Amino acid sequence: MPDDVEDKQDRGRPTHVVPARDADPTRALIPPTTRTPETEEMKELAATRRAGASAWTGTLVRRAALDAVAKLDPRRVARNPVMLVVEVGAIVTTIILAQGIVTGASGFGFVLQITLWLWFTVLFANFAESMAEARGKAQADSLRATRKDTPARLLRDGHEETVSSHDLRRGDITLADEGELIAGDGEVVDGLAYVNEAAITGESAPVLKEPGTDIRSTVTGGTQVVSGRLKIRITADPGHTFLDRMIALVEGAVRLKTPNELALSILLSGLTIVFLLAVATLEPFAMYAGGPVSIVVLMALLVCLIPTTIGGLLSAIGIAGMDRVTRFNVLATSGRAVEAAGDVDTLLLDKTGTITYGNRLAAEIIPVNGASDTEALIAAKMSSIGDETPEGRSTVALADELGAPASAVPDPDAQFIAFNAETRMSGVIQDSHSWYKGAVDAVLASTVQRDVPGLQEQVRRISEAGGTPLAMMSDGRIVGVIYLKDTVKPGMRERFDELRRMGIRTVMMTGDNRLTAATIAKEAGVDGYEAEVKPEDKIRIVRDFQGQGRMVAMAGDGTNDAPALAQADVGLAMNSGTAAAKEAANMVDLDSNPTKLIEVVKIGKQLLITRGAITTFSIANDVAKYFAIIPAAFSVTYPPLNTLNIMGLATPQSAILSAVIFNALIIIALVPLALRGVAYRPAPAGELLRRNLLIYGVGGVIVPFIGIKIIDLIVRAVGLA
Amino acid sequence: MTLPGIAQLALFVALLLLITKPLGLYMTKVFSGEAVFLSPVLRPVERVIYRVIGVDPESEQRWTSYTAGVLMFSLAGVILLYLLMRLQQFLPFNPQGFGAVSPDLAFNTATSFVSNTNWQSYAGESTMSYLMDMAGFTVQNFLSAATGLSVAIALIRGLARRSSSMVGNFWVDLVRSTLYVLLPLSFGLALVFVWQGMPQNLNPYTTATTVEKGSQTIAQAPVASEEAIKQLGINGGGLFNANAAHPYENPNGLTNFLSMFAIFVIPAGLVYTFGRMVGDTRQGWAIWTAMAILFLAGVALAWPVEQGGNPLIAKLGVDQSVSALQPGGNFEGKETRFGIASSTLYTVVTTDASCGAVNNMHDSLLPLTGAVPLLNMQLGEIIFGGVGSGLYGMLIMAILSVFIAGLMVGRTPEYLGKKIQTYEMKMAMIYVLVLAADILLFTALGSVTTAGTSSIANPGPHGFSEILYAFSSGTANNGSAFAGLNANTPFFNTTIGLAMLIGRFVPVVPVLAIAGSMVRKKYVPPSLGTFPTNGPLFVVLLVGVIIIVGALTYFPALALGPIVEQLFLSAGRVF
Repeated sequence: MPDDVEDKQDRGRPTHVVPARDADPTRALIPPTTRTPETEEMKELAATRRAGASAWTGTLVRRAALDAVAKLDPRRVARNPVMLVVEVGAIVTTIILAQGIVTGASGFGFVLQITLWLWFTVLFANFAESMAEARGKAQADSLRATRKDTPARLLRDGHEETVSSHDLRRGDITLADEGELIAGDGEVVDGLAYVNEAAITGESAPVLKEPGTDIRSTVTGGTQVVSGRLKIRITADPGHTFLDRMIALVEGAVRLKTPNELALSILLSGLTIVFLLAVATLEPFAMYAGGPVSIVVLMALLVCLIPTTIGGLLSAIGIAGMDRVTRFNVLATSGRAVEAAGDVDTLLLDKTGTITYGNRLAAEIIPVNGASDTEALIAAKMSSIGDETPEGRSTVALADELGAPASAVPDPDAQFIAFNAETRMSGVIQDSHSWYKGAVDAVLASTVQRDVPGLQEQVRRISEAGGTPLAMMSDGRIVGVIYLKDTVKPGMRERFDELRRMGIRTVMMTGDNRLTAATIAKEAGVDGYEAEVKPEDKIRIVRDFQGQGRMVAMAGDGTNDAPALAQADVGLAMNSGTAAAKEAANMVDLDSNPTKLIEVVKIGKQLLITRGAITTFSIANDVAKYFAIIPAAFSVTYPPLNTLNIMGLATPQSAILSAVIFNALIIIALVPLALRGVAYRPAPAGELLRRNLLIYGVGGVIVPFIGIKIIDLIVRAVGLA
Repeated sequence: MTLPGIAQLALFVALLLLITKPLGLYMTKVFSGEAVFLSPVLRPVERVIYRVIGVDPESEQRWTSYTAGVLMFSLAGVILLYLLMRLQQFLPFNPQGFGAVSPDLAFNTATSFVSNTNWQSYAGESTMSYLMDMAGFTVQNFLSAATGLSVAIALIRGLARRSSSMVGNFWVDLVRSTLYVLLPLSFGLALVFVWQGMPQNLNPYTTATTVEKGSQTIAQAPVASEEAIKQLGINGGGLFNANAAHPYENPNGLTNFLSMFAIFVIPAGLVYTFGRMVGDTRQGWAIWTAMAILFLAGVALAWPVEQGGNPLIAKLGVDQSVSALQPGGNFEGKETRFGIASSTLYTVVTTDASCGAVNNMHDSLLPLTGAVPLLNMQLGEIIFGGVGSGLYGMLIMAILSVFIAGLMVGRTPEYLGKKIQTYEMKMAMIYVLVLAADILLFTALGSVTTAGTSSIANPGPHGFSEILYAFSSGTANNGSAFAGLNANTPFFNTTIGLAMLIGRFVPVVPVLAIAGSMVRKKYVPPSLGTFPTNGPLFVVLLVGVIIIVGALTYFPALALGPIVEQLFLSAGRVF
């Protein structure tokens, strides 16, 4: 192995690789090749999490409908000023209705219908919110099933005793054997085991856990040991475990309004007051004109004008956005984090494991010092055959491919020299021959030859290309150079192009030197890079970008990353990462895939777009409603105003009723859009706005004219007014 | 629509376009403290003023003390004007010997001139002395305009500066607005006006004998000087009751054109100043274009309706078409020397901006034409608008537009690289709400109380329009009147006085608060993900939001006033 291996490389490695060949007694541990049988809960959980299309299942709808009625409680409606006005309007018309029944006033049918539709308006808004919450609640329920009380094998003063998992405290040491559930969140202090984490990640392929690594030592309560045995130090008190946090998150128990939601609420409240003013002053104006408008009609007008569509769907949009993130297997600690993701304009990505595979693979074997091709190939193969690292294996594969003699295989009694930090070489000694490969300066130091023809040229060429050169030595003579290349994952360039179209700059962070970094950056197509980055530099980099007014997102998993994750506007921790990283980040990716940041950014944008689109639609709708209601309200006082009845609505009553019905039904009609989100494809802001303004702005003006007219025709046909 | 009318409009827009950049550049330099060609003369004067009022021109203020400065200075102006009017008979320059002005009228008039409204419940030539005209009104014409300009400059600084907390020094902005911008322009324009025949004297009124051997008192005054600042400062209050329809205030077509032009000059230039100061002149031009579109839309609505004539007269077989011998159209309330085109253009210009000078009687406009000035004022006088107030009102609308639609680009909305968040929305909504409440609630009060309805001259929708117009004009600090309404009553003097105060000084607070919060914000450099506010799409969006938000707020009121009146008129019924 070369000398400048970054510690990150270790983290980027897939977590279920075969354990290293070392002299560990648990070497007998066999990685399960088949997926472990899933428990009922796990199946249900996975089903719920991946349920994209099943939003409208009977159970969910029933549950939401019941909840919608419960939400009529004014104390709950008061959270939403727009709907509170509607509810007050509904109460007022209900009182008028009751008075009318007592006094036997005429127009009972009209008042009754308006009253019912006003109540429906509130119910529909409540239903939208309940629908959005329902899925999260279902998920929380199945997670709770995992959290149920399990027996914990507590080690106290060297004795093992069985206690309830609820009694575990931070610092306790517990044991978990094959087939047992891990009792609580903790850190592996001893042992080696495969653990099924499907309860958390939904992924049933077991994951290797061992002590002493930064990232493979964290275990989560409720997960199951499939094979092996672990000694665990508990790191979380009951009620504060990862599972507890996760339940609270998906359930939306601690939902606070996000900054944009707050600002939007102010706009909506402000508009509500504006329309309250317009409607309240309409009465004195009508009195001046000599024909006061009835309270029922005023209420109908008010409810139609205030932004009920967005007011009713606002919280549903937020909850559904969070839910979309969850379904992507990312847990966001708050809606604020998801929203911030939409604002992100700088993405800091680690090179290793994110942009590149992180394994330097052999790309070329070049003879130098007058050696023949075959000599070089033999040296490459012989020196690498005992090297189980990806570098070693790829060198063997490449040498074979290039035609290394089949005879070049060390004898069973050959002596393998493992890489070590002092010699920085590895190789094999067989009989009187030896083959080594290693860092160029290390190899040079072990020979007497100072001036090796061709070596420096090759080394420079490889370095300039961003690769790592390894020198090979055969019986003390340098024979060739191996060109190790860091491979960019396929499809990364396309993703960065996509991000660029969204206005997001991608910056690569790497411990490599500037030259290597520049080459990889160019190959991957990122917008910038930070070279020679030590983990503790990351927070400085984040701060620098923020100082330039940028909104920064980054992914990380190590304890070293924690401060930077906390500093970043969006910090995505890998589930495989340390507890400190997960604690500091505002999102955790259960699949431990750093490129998920891109998805999260898209969801964040989609969330904001959906809010903006429905707001615009809601306001644009008012134009048609005026044309329906104003002529109707003044049909007696000012008959010429009927000229404004451009929709040709049949009667004043049917006009007002149709507007109110449209206003209520549009909420229901838009629930799927609110839950699904407005379609988003990466494009510059101007282009996005043009398209959305056309659909939701211009469309918002036109749709209600058509909708109200159709409802009016139905209302007349059925004879409702 | 006549060819000379179209030519005049084209020339008007072209000249406006031409003067925008040089004037905007000049103002940028003035408010950045750079030297301009007048500096050698004015810098010493400026320094003396700072020494006298004890201001350190280098020190800057936070938005709070800037606001306090604006409000205290204006309050002092109101008190001073009030006292001048109440004590008029004891003061010099009163050759006609006018007595003390009544308390409610003095209150109304004081607030009117300090709020840059120049609403006049009185006939100037028979109420106010020359001292009032010069030391009172003309001074306030300068200072109220300078105050508006200062507030706008503070808001621009709030948007332009990066991570600061200071928005400028109110006293410095006030002095520079007056000395460098308003005075030189007024001085030049006044000379042109004198050349064109406007009186400029302090003589007692002349008594003339008419050809019929009757006796006529001819009022005069230092007209030209007051007229210049009346237009440039977008004040609009005339010396004479007939305002710019009076031959001394507006003798001919040239003065009429220059008067209209003078109204739009500073607001147009200021939009360029804005673009320049925020570092992207296209930002300014986008706002300018939105204003121009709304202005032309108003003309395109008002002019053809007015030129089309009165349908009732058409029914009598009267020819109302344009010909070599007659101007055609609805000529009621118009001056023959201006005609339909120049009259309707003047009407649109004076109500787009918060001027309020009139060269024809708005009460006599056809109802639908009358809806144009009404809506112009209700939109908040942001179409070029008042000196400073037009731009800051427009910028609030820009912030609202960016917020409503800006979410649709998938980012926290931002304007000029500054995020628009809860605080800014709160302030912007306060701005919108105050104006709406001011107009609607006072109109409601006026239309259901005897004190209100007893002042109207016409019943039905027309009378309603008179009340609506009065409060729209007061709130928007326009000052033009629909006439027909007897506004010199304690009820209207007090309510319109309050409407003017609220309409001017309450919105200033959220505007400066936004300046104060924006100035502290970090600047987000633009990227592809930033919604560009300097292109055609933004112009369309801004115009759309202004019309929709404005129309939604005032549609019921307009429907019950001018719209239904026009419909009745078509059906043969008048009020």
